[in-house]
Amino acid sequence: MEVGFLLGSLLKIALLLGYLYGLLRVMGHPKLWVKALGVLAAFAVIQVALTDFNGFKLLNAFDQGLLFQAATMTMVALGLNLIYGFNGQFSLGQWGFYGIGAYCAADITYRWVNGDARGFLVVGIGIILGGLAIWGIGAFLKRYRGIPVLSSFTFYILGVVAAGFLAVKLGALLNPLFAPLLGTPANPGPLASGLALQVVFFFAVIFAGAFTAEISFLFGLPVLSLGSDYFGIATLGFAIVINTLMVNSDTILPFPEMKGGRGMIGIPKLTTWFWAFFFLLVVIILMRNLIHSSTGRAIMSVREDETASRAMGINVAENKLLTFVVGCFFAGIGGAVYAHYIGFLSPGTFDFLVGFNPLIIVVFGGLGSMTGTIAASFGWVFFLEGLLRVLLSQMGTEAPTWRYVLYPITLLLLILIRPQGLLGNVEWGFLKSVKVASRQKEAGTPPTGDAPQSIQEGA
Amino acid sequence: MMENILQTSPILQLQGVTKFFGGLCAVKSFDLKLNKGDLAGLIGPNGAGKTTAFNLITGLYQPTKGEIHFNGEQISGMDPHEITRMGIARTFQNIRLFPNLTVLDNVRIAYHAHIDYSMADSIFRSPRFSRGEKELTEKAQDFLSIFQLEGIQDELAKNLPYGEQRRVEIARALACDPKLLLLDEPAAGMNPREIINLMELIGFIRERFNLTILLIEHQMRVVMGICEHITVMDFGEVIARGNPNEIQNNPQVVEAYLGKGAANAA
Repeated sequence: MEVGFLLGSLLKIALLLGYLYGLLRVMGHPKLWVKALGVLAAFAVIQVALTDFNGFKLLNAFDQGLLFQAATMTMVALGLNLIYGFNGQFSLGQWGFYGIGAYCAADITYRWVNGDARGFLVVGIGIILGGLAIWGIGAFLKRYRGIPVLSSFTFYILGVVAAGFLAVKLGALLNPLFAPLLGTPANPGPLASGLALQVVFFFAVIFAGAFTAEISFLFGLPVLSLGSDYFGIATLGFAIVINTLMVNSDTILPFPEMKGGRGMIGIPKLTTWFWAFFFLLVVIILMRNLIHSSTGRAIMSVREDETASRAMGINVAENKLLTFVVGCFFAGIGGAVYAHYIGFLSPGTFDFLVGFNPLIIVVFGGLGSMTGTIAASFGWVFFLEGLLRVLLSQMGTEAPTWRYVLYPITLLLLILIRPQGLLGNVEWGFLKSVKVASRQKEAGTPPTGDAPQSIQEGA
Repeated sequence: MMENILQTSPILQLQGVTKFFGGLCAVKSFDLKLNKGDLAGLIGPNGAGKTTAFNLITGLYQPTKGEIHFNGEQISGMDPHEITRMGIARTFQNIRLFPNLTVLDNVRIAYHAHIDYSMADSIFRSPRFSRGEKELTEKAQDFLSIFQLEGIQDELAKNLPYGEQRRVEIARALACDPKLLLLDEPAAGMNPREIINLMELIGFIRERFNLTILLIEHQMRVVMGICEHITVMDFGEVIARGNPNEIQNNPQVVEAYLGKGAANAA
């Protein structure tokens, strides 16, 4: 049985990687209808595999869990790869932002199905007002030269706090308008069921991403001016602070529904394969389009050589901040999708030690390789959580813990044998950079190559 | 009359620029004036403060004292990227290409400051993005052809031989669309043949792009061969100015390079 399980699991991993390869290939197809059909087919394949045909499911509940976990892990890890792999900023805070996204989205929908629209309203209004405040203050500060980073940080944080305060007041004011439409958990109103709830879920995910992005902006602004190593330590600290806040969310923070260290239960399980697939594609497309553009080249140039990119006219501080915010936005989206799949959030999930997982995935897949990160996320979840956990649990109750010994060893071996990561800088299909045809040598080009002979002859 | 003023007003002017690193005075009340179209050299023994002067002009360091004007505008106090956008580009003494990016991308990065599509355009792949990207790729390829690098556009910069890396770096600097080009030891590590090549190249780009060029160089052959004005620094101070002939016969310069007594011996 064990051999059968082992082979079956390995086959599953191989099939999944093949699936991802196919998906990325078809997404890179030049014809739009092929693209659309291919993506639809890729969605349908898994959807069918997850469908229950009279008790028969191609993918069982356990595999289904792994699949969703892998999809969210991909979003988080891609965000981290953008920050660390492409921009060169060593961040350990990704898991904290993932947690922020998860709790934020969960709170919105939890309140919504419990007849309270304030979560949705406050976060929604808050991110809009906060975004406006950040934009306005940014435009204002641009007019002055040489403002120290901490001073501008003070402006921003005051602006955002004011926006948040206003949002809370407005949310409380508007809430009574929605309350009758939401009903109670036992008897949901028209806005708390069916399509309306799906729409709210969609916005909850987007809001959670935007909220995470704004937090990361405020955090990144002062901290990114530190050197890379110090930045890593600061972000680690951030992850720990966030985790502590989660543990005490019902005491320090005014969120009794999050239930602190006991864990938040009763989050509506709204993440279907459609949503997971949708948001995964959104993150992949967003990141790919960003990387293969002038902004993406600037992001990579900062990793390569900060001084040189300054001399090339690139605003390094702004560039780092942008990358950090986008990367954290992905983490927030991933967290939101995760929360609505699992239906239960516990601070233990967002412990900073677990937070090394995306980092390991990014290094494993290859820094600066999107394909590597995607493949490694899926491979990692299915291999470690799927295969090893089951395999080892048959050897004794404590044995599953051994996978935490096995995977560091795997990582060590990988770093020794293939320091550029599993896939190095190989990209599949859609993620490949656009090849530019090189020019043929033109006649009548200036002297650089041929001239010296004539000069040397003359000399 | 307006044109007259513009023509005679210097493109770059440093007035009493001083830079202290703690107690060490790296550059001491340094004055420099470059007119449009000049090809000037900055020479001096190791540690004389030449590269510091470059870093001051490009904004990597802020001067402790003094003012730097470019095209009549004060640039001391500005960030390096703003100064680059105003039209000062440079190369580095120890080549600073982006090693893990292709040659084409190295040059294309220079256009980032001037792109006419926004981030939203690139995310949604709007027509404006395609147009802008095509345009800047073509411009970058133009530069590559000028430097005869078109065949290696997809090579990673770190895999290139030294001479080609230098050329890519100059191409990248020129892609910033500068009015003033600062070259920091462009001939370092080149063989005599490559040096002749380089001298040709500098002359050519100056004509073609209407540039004012200031270069630091240790190879006297280059400096004396192409520079019209030379400024000599030693211990952070200017010890001589003039054309190549005057500099070669200046006893103070000979002393700075070869030590006391050498001037008399010569």
